[in-house]
Amino acid sequence: MYFDSVSEFVAMGGHGFFVWSAYGISALLIIGNMVLAVRQQGRVRQEIQRRLRRDQRPAHNAVEGEVE
Amino acid sequence: MWKTLTRWYHQLSSPRYFYRFASAVLPWLMPIAVLVLLTGLVWGLVFAPVERYQGNSYRIIFIHVPASSGALMGYIAMGVAGLIALVWRLKMAEVMLKAMAPFGAVLATVSLATGALWGKPTWGTYWQWDARMTSMLILLFLYLGIIALQSAIRDPRQAARAASLLAVVGVINVVIVKYSVEWLNTLHQGATLKLVGESSINDAMKWPLLISMLGLWLLYAANVLMRARTEVLNRERRSGWVATLLAPGAKE
Repeated sequence: MYFDSVSEFVAMGGHGFFVWSAYGISALLIIGNMVLAVRQQGRVRQEIQRRLRRDQRPAHNAVEGEVE
Repeated sequence: MWKTLTRWYHQLSSPRYFYRFASAVLPWLMPIAVLVLLTGLVWGLVFAPVERYQGNSYRIIFIHVPASSGALMGYIAMGVAGLIALVWRLKMAEVMLKAMAPFGAVLATVSLATGALWGKPTWGTYWQWDARMTSMLILLFLYLGIIALQSAIRDPRQAARAASLLAVVGVINVVIVKYSVEWLNTLHQGATLKLVGESSINDAMKWPLLISMLGLWLLYAANVLMRARTEVLNRERRSGWVATLLAPGAKE
């Protein structure tokens, strides 16, 4: 390990602000993009599944509140 | 060898087969990518020695270089996909092109942001309009342009054609980014990491850098597979195999 203490690690020899904001921004953008991709996938799946359910049982969908 | 390759190419160009392939690979690729990236970053941030002239600010390299190289490689891959889409009208090439743009744009942004934050303590400025930085900014705009084109044109096939054209033409900019530090007098330094010949970086810094690079590229690949899978579903929503796959009560 290069650093002797946690506070030294955080300080980065006086360059802490630059190092940590660089990594912070990077993490935010990369993780954010991953989350967006997962959510988009879920949305498309749900959309298709909703349509499939509708196509499969048109009678049940036509009357609102009908119980199976 | 060639036969296997061409068969693979034809199989993967079928949306249905691609969907199965991506679904089989992703559960492995994603955790491996995250693990490799974190290994490289922790190694670089905690264990690698300090740089003599820049102090600890140099540790930004472990995200800056992987992100920059990822953005460049991603654009080249997009150019290849664009060329295939234009010449052979392959649907999967269009899908891949679309899937590669968002993470590429993210990496270009990461490259610019981390570069600025590294530039301040090292060069005394966040930004300068030198050839390397300006061409990297243009790379980001190209990515954003491709994303915008695709969402602006309603018909997916027409959108893909426009985006393919921009992707292919924009590859010139990648060449400019790559050689800007050699041909022109820039504030940005030349490459320290070389595929051919001796790298001018210390081994204790080179290994964590290479590992972070591999990790981020794998993460990019995983992101592309995920987005491409979604796009395939979206385009093939009316086809029988999607209906069977997502039918109520169906198991995948």
